[in-house]
Amino acid sequence: MAQQLLEVTNLYTQFFTRDGVVRAVDGVTFEVAAGETLGIVGESGCGKSVTALSLMRLIPQPPGKIVKGSIMFDGADVLKMDDDEVRSIRGNNIAMIFQDPMTSLNPVLTISRQISEALELHLKMDKSEARKRTIELLDLVNIPSAKKRVDDYPHQFSGGMRQRVMIAMALSCNPKLILADEPTTALDVTIQAQILDLLKNLAREFRTAFILITHDLGVVAGMTQRIHVMYGGKIVEKADTAELFANPKMPYTWGLLRSIPRLDERRKAKLVPIEGLPPDLIAPPPGCRFEPRCQYRRDICKEKEPELEHIPNSKPDHEARCWGTQQGGWLVDTDWHKEVGDTRVIEEIKQEIAQLPPEPKPGDIPPPPVAM
Amino acid sequence: MAVNTPTKPADPDFVRIRSTATFDSGKNLLDVKALKMHFPLTQGIIFQRQVGAVRAVDGIDFFVEKSETLGLVGESGCGKSTTGRAILQLYKPTAGEVKFDGVELTKLGGEQMRKMRRRMQMIFQDPYASLNPRMTVGNIIGEPLEVHNLASGKEKTERVQELLRVVGLNPYFTNRYPHEFSGGQRQRIGIARALAVEPEFIVCDEPISALDVSIQAQVINLLEELQDRFKLTYLFIAHDLSVVRHISDRVAVMYLGKIVELADRVDLYERPLHPYSQALLSAVPIPDPAIESKRKRIILTGDVPSPVNPPSGCRFHTRCWKAQQICSEVDPEFIEHETRHWAACHFPGA
Repeated sequence: MAQQLLEVTNLYTQFFTRDGVVRAVDGVTFEVAAGETLGIVGESGCGKSVTALSLMRLIPQPPGKIVKGSIMFDGADVLKMDDDEVRSIRGNNIAMIFQDPMTSLNPVLTISRQISEALELHLKMDKSEARKRTIELLDLVNIPSAKKRVDDYPHQFSGGMRQRVMIAMALSCNPKLILADEPTTALDVTIQAQILDLLKNLAREFRTAFILITHDLGVVAGMTQRIHVMYGGKIVEKADTAELFANPKMPYTWGLLRSIPRLDERRKAKLVPIEGLPPDLIAPPPGCRFEPRCQYRRDICKEKEPELEHIPNSKPDHEARCWGTQQGGWLVDTDWHKEVGDTRVIEEIKQEIAQLPPEPKPGDIPPPPVAM
Repeated sequence: MAVNTPTKPADPDFVRIRSTATFDSGKNLLDVKALKMHFPLTQGIIFQRQVGAVRAVDGIDFFVEKSETLGLVGESGCGKSTTGRAILQLYKPTAGEVKFDGVELTKLGGEQMRKMRRRMQMIFQDPYASLNPRMTVGNIIGEPLEVHNLASGKEKTERVQELLRVVGLNPYFTNRYPHEFSGGQRQRIGIARALAVEPEFIVCDEPISALDVSIQAQVINLLEELQDRFKLTYLFIAHDLSVVRHISDRVAVMYLGKIVELADRVDLYERPLHPYSQALLSAVPIPDPAIESKRKRIILTGDVPSPVNPPSGCRFHTRCWKAQQICSEVDPEFIEHETRHWAACHFPGA
């Protein structure tokens, strides 16, 4: 295996609340090589943002706590560092781009103050040097007339421009790794296209490693080399990008791909939603976390939790956390393409499930009504 | 069946015979003409002088046929939500006509308008903000019934339970409070409230934007089921073009207070005439790495200009790659370039 820049092993982050322990990140293992772009995909509450915050040791404590695991960054364990050492890494070696550019910039400081702060602190630049570098950075992220705008306040910038400022700030110390947490979610489509274009060019130019966290499968498709799908605090499927979209194996990934209408496909008569709700992370299901919503579940799914394992007949690094996709499982040879949008097949599966011995349904949500 | 191959969407399920309805055809449920909604900007502490106006909606024309869905797309700040609210007379429009089933709404008095509202309802974007946290679900859904004197007492309770069943919730949830529900369930409560008065027309203002990916499809399917069942007419406001394509029969594209294109869904998505529509469509990321790597994006430069001081001539000319002299001088008219395909551009087409 090539030299990894970041190796996260068995990371557990939990929040101790009055209602109980929220197991937000529950045993996550992954690695990122230098210069690589990794996508982490999942719904809100699946633990993807908490994973990113854990890497930076930015979990508010209390109530949060990284309970166990290790985060090896460039050969050193971030979790064993004292506060000063972590501070010297934050912004310097690992930088972060947050979702909401409206709230993540300080409204009472000028843009130049906010960017040069990191430069002066980490790179020991003096004021004029830092200012010069700030202007260069703003130029780099395509902010027009950077020289004039450097002394403006965040409210004088539009949403897209603020996100560019955030990116400039993240790039300021030439970090080896940038965590982008939903960098385009708050932006309009045309602005999103601009920002994604910019990020792609920067990743290529500076050979910076990126972790791109998003709920939008469209965004990761064009940006990343590898993708991890998260659900209920765990990684449920990992594969390289082409493989994941061509040959997804985990029913949750199918559900995600199916439930969104796509511009490049013929319009479906009906969308195929994932029924039910995401799991409660205080009391997650005992077996597979996706089991209560899974159309393909069997008895074993409810009893025992599957491990992340390699899927037979797929690329070597393609793994899934699913009983059905393991050696001899019932989903190994299922061709999911056949079922995309094909309600007939879904009906067949529903009947198949109906014929299985009945099991008590969790929660008190009745099925949607049949049209009269 | 290789559904995921990048073929041109032929949309074979499009069997609906294209209606010939057009402006003032007599078949329309809603006719909007030259609608303007300006919000005054004032200055001064005691004597407020008007120093300008936010031209949120600045002269738009469109129509909605009975039991169809018109999608209204555009970026944030383009005036699509304002349009929805101005139609329902939640804002008093600055100028223009809004004809609902032949009745001119802008001229109605308070009591008459209140009666009309029974026929037109709204579903809001944020299911967390649009439900009163201190009211039980039963009261939230029952309130419109009382306001319009449709039901009370036991009848009301029964009707509320029936509505909960219709939107796929447990009828015995009536005594619960909104905070006990997830986002998707709350949106269902909002839908039940809108359905309570048996309206004909519903303005859906970004009803799924605040929901998780896996929940969005549930709500879209519900809206479609309800439309079939109750013969509803929707004005579906959204910024997500793939969702709008899925749910709409016709689509209107808005930019900076104007409708720049209005067409049948298939026409708009296969042959967009206005450069802004073309740019919007090309900006949507597609969840397929093979397609993404080959796609040519039209990347628009700059941001949407301010609606306080919109550009002269065509409002899109500051970001348009086709712009010529005339575009900055003359505001293009909204004309029917192809059959039932309107656009406001001096140089429409590819």
